[in-house]
Amino acid sequence: MNQTHILSWILFTPLIGAIVLLFVPRQLDNAQRVIGNVFGFLGLAVSLPLIWRFQIGTPGYQFRENYDWIPSIGAHYSLGIDGISFLLVMLTTILGAISILSSWSAIQNRKKEYYILFLLLQTGMLGVFMALDFFLFYLFWEVMLVPMYFLIGVWGSDRRLYAAIKFFLYTLAGSVLMLLAILALYYRAHEVAGAGAAYTFDIPTSLGAVPQFSTTLQRILFWGFFFAFAIKVPMFPFHTWLPDAHTEAPTAGSVILAGVLLKMGTYGFIRFSLPLLPTDAVARQHIINILMVLSVVGIIYGALVCLMQKDMKKLIAYSSVSHLGFCTLGIFALNPHGVSGSVIQQINHGISTGALFLIVGVLYERRHTRMISEYGGLSTPMPNFAAIYLIATLSSLGLPLLNGFIGEFTILSGVFQVSLRWTAWAVVGIVLGAAYLLWLYQRVMFGPVTNPMNEHLPDLNMREYATLVPLMLLAFWIGIYPKPLFRVLDVPVRQIVEQVNPGYYNSATAQRWGEKPPVAAANDAARTESDSTKALAASAPPAIIAASSEPIAVNTAEKR
Amino acid sequence: MFPPRQDVLRLMPEIILSLSGILLMLIEPFLSGARRTLIVTLAALGSGLALVSTIYPATLPGTAFSGLLRIDGFSVFVHVVVEAVAFLVIIGSADYLDREKIQHGEYYALVLFATVGMCVMAGAAELMTAFVGLETSSISTYILAGYRRDVPRSNESAMKYFLLGSFATAFFLYGIALLYGATGTTQLARMTFPTTPGRERLLDLGLGLMLVGLAFKIAAAPFQLWTPDVYEGAPTPVTALMASGPKAAAFALLLRILATVGAAGTFWFWALWVSAALTMFVGNLAAIAQSNVKRMLAYSSISHAGYILVALAAAAASDQVELGVAAVLYYLAVYALMKLGAFIFVSQLGGESERHMEIDDFRGLAVRQPVAAACFALFLLSLLGLPVTSGFLGKFYIFNAALASRLIWLAVLLAINTVIAAFYYLRVIVVMYMRQPNQTWPPAPMPWAVTFVLSIAAAGTFYLGLFPGRVMALATQAALSLPGR
Repeated sequence: MNQTHILSWILFTPLIGAIVLLFVPRQLDNAQRVIGNVFGFLGLAVSLPLIWRFQIGTPGYQFRENYDWIPSIGAHYSLGIDGISFLLVMLTTILGAISILSSWSAIQNRKKEYYILFLLLQTGMLGVFMALDFFLFYLFWEVMLVPMYFLIGVWGSDRRLYAAIKFFLYTLAGSVLMLLAILALYYRAHEVAGAGAAYTFDIPTSLGAVPQFSTTLQRILFWGFFFAFAIKVPMFPFHTWLPDAHTEAPTAGSVILAGVLLKMGTYGFIRFSLPLLPTDAVARQHIINILMVLSVVGIIYGALVCLMQKDMKKLIAYSSVSHLGFCTLGIFALNPHGVSGSVIQQINHGISTGALFLIVGVLYERRHTRMISEYGGLSTPMPNFAAIYLIATLSSLGLPLLNGFIGEFTILSGVFQVSLRWTAWAVVGIVLGAAYLLWLYQRVMFGPVTNPMNEHLPDLNMREYATLVPLMLLAFWIGIYPKPLFRVLDVPVRQIVEQVNPGYYNSATAQRWGEKPPVAAANDAARTESDSTKALAASAPPAIIAASSEPIAVNTAEKR
Repeated sequence: MFPPRQDVLRLMPEIILSLSGILLMLIEPFLSGARRTLIVTLAALGSGLALVSTIYPATLPGTAFSGLLRIDGFSVFVHVVVEAVAFLVIIGSADYLDREKIQHGEYYALVLFATVGMCVMAGAAELMTAFVGLETSSISTYILAGYRRDVPRSNESAMKYFLLGSFATAFFLYGIALLYGATGTTQLARMTFPTTPGRERLLDLGLGLMLVGLAFKIAAAPFQLWTPDVYEGAPTPVTALMASGPKAAAFALLLRILATVGAAGTFWFWALWVSAALTMFVGNLAAIAQSNVKRMLAYSSISHAGYILVALAAAAASDQVELGVAAVLYYLAVYALMKLGAFIFVSQLGGESERHMEIDDFRGLAVRQPVAAACFALFLLSLLGLPVTSGFLGKFYIFNAALASRLIWLAVLLAINTVIAAFYYLRVIVVMYMRQPNQTWPPAPMPWAVTFVLSIAAAGTFYLGLFPGRVMALATQAALSLPGR
């Protein structure tokens, strides 16, 4: 493997798998899923070298590849990752391998097409996180629609056709607007660069020109991109496709939808929407206010709707609306805690919601129903399953020592620096989250076995362990020792915050963003530092967060 | 007496096409039923040779026959498109005609003559020549539309096409007359703005009438009403030809007038703008309501004419014509391939006397014929304009041209239409892939000739979708080769 082409290898291994599968005869039933799984794991294997090759603390993009693709318009085949996309790429390859494995017995008809489409989907999603060229980015962004559409439409449950078309149309509507915005950006960036400059779709170059645009244009561009991402995330008024798609998709499809696809939206927010925020303070604050309100409404509305659900999968789907609300809330807090907490929470959501969907899949394979009322007292016949399900639940609702806590706490600490009110509302969401998840667990697992069909359900088999246990390990790891993740995120997040919120590192203007006067903020920083030293000794979870925020605090002090 | 040798060489494709058409008509009576394949082979050979001989005009640019024809990169590009269409249609028709028992030499001859007409339209530098080309191609397609003589629908199609088509041609001709009156010439390059007072109104009127005539040919709203009936009634391979070839030629003529005659750009701009918006919406909204796949594709080709008109309006709006013109040319190539593939597929699947054209007949096709269904799905996704397929890049270049000319609202309308269109294209894919197969009616397997056409179209769709560089460079060169205002 050539060192410089590692991203291409990661990107195209699933595609190669899909092409190989294309030539496997239809009669070889078993070979199809074996090959599908082999390439699922190969996809993960080729991405592992990233872990030790990735240089933490190096600013900018790494593993860059750049080739001319369509010279006449300046489109390049240009790949590269920074800390944020590194984490998301790893999440994609891990969840990809796991969900392909989870399909082993769940998918019984048209296996060949299933694995081909799944591998294509993998390539599409990875491409979105790696692309450094708007044209390439858009290509991957759109292309992954097709396999997902088929996965829902062919292998989904009863209302799959409706869900598939709805998913497709919603996403397409958003992305077509984004295409227009990309083109507008492309032209205006060229005008700003001067007549001699070449037209380019290069993402860093184009976004670098944004500060020189007029406020009106910045605003138009922001909203042009916004709808594509808001639909994908999904933010509150654009979320209606999500419950249908998640509920009707096959288990593996739901895992990927929740685990990775939604992250494409938040990734877009961080990578594109933040740099596109108007430079004018009033216009910017206006947009931020709207987004904060939408995020908070999403958090609470999603949680409330969860309490009303009769269908397990639908409940978890709505919980995604609530959880992703936290992610967007963190992003638009525009400070390091908010943004890095948001990325961590995106990873966490992929892990814990992915696990929850797998768990529903386990039950569905045994009983072919997702209705909560059909279950009850399952902890008696399935004790091991009960343990894993409990961990997933707790991780999703944010219990300390598990991953969800780290993400939510960091986000809230970031939002707190901006506004107490929003933080308070978001905390309501956490409480509601605990309520619906625990109530669901209680109704399904505790008490006597009410339905005689549930009395002899088999416990988890080896393959199911293989899909769930890695996720549990990751949940514990992030919950106990998240420092590596924060270290990876530190530099890219700081770059972004410096770019979009220069006031944050500059105490003179800090009060515009924080409600506290500079002196109080300084005290705060000092307190965090001393806290962190104390807490490190005790090695309690909050310590890790504080420790991770240490460089930021120090940095603030230095600047001052 | 004889024209110079160079001029003859420049006209080589047209000559080859005409000669093979005549040859087919001559030998047809001498062939018994068993030798039918020879006709197809000859016709395919003729159109293939014509395609190859395009190398002559490509290497010998310039005007021919005292300025009647202008052979430049532009006309060569369109030549290649329409000749490739003819080639593929001829190969794709053979099995259909066998099944319908209308395998005759004159069918192929007419296809070849129609192609001659289109080629002349592409190269015409003078309006009478353009008219002759238009008539040659139109009259051939009128006959082809009614080729299934004993089917009332086909007759209706031919009648409708003929009556309305002649009406439109008359408009075109009247426009030429007025232009001649205003400028004193039929040579496009010499049509300057008249200085005599009162003449400019004549010029505008003439240009308007010509636009009406050509808008009919490209099925632009509000002159699109004939399209669904004619496309549905005509034999499906003929529909494939009509949807891709004559449309390309008529667009080429529009472009040449637009780029050469200065007054056309300014005068036509709003007409093109409105017509583009109308055409997109009319085509797409009507297509949603269709249950017959062939008719749905007919409406979809109306909407595609609207997309191309967006690029045309972009060319009319800006001083830099080439961006818009190149976008039109690229889209014409892209569109011809995908539409032709889709119609040829439908022609085969329809079965005897085109009985199985309802969307329900496509149920579960992916299980029965995975490869063919995948090809059709690819064409549909390309018509919808998803990346990796050529339809996306075609649309992208149109967006690009529209935004470069600051036609932001038109671009937004195009974006909205893409989403509307997704609805009906996806419905066909849903039926093919996500429903149980139809038990009563097993579709016949694809014959090799149809498979060949489908694979060429599919390969082209991928190639133009992934590596547009070379073809787009040719399209840009072609656009630059136009004389300019």
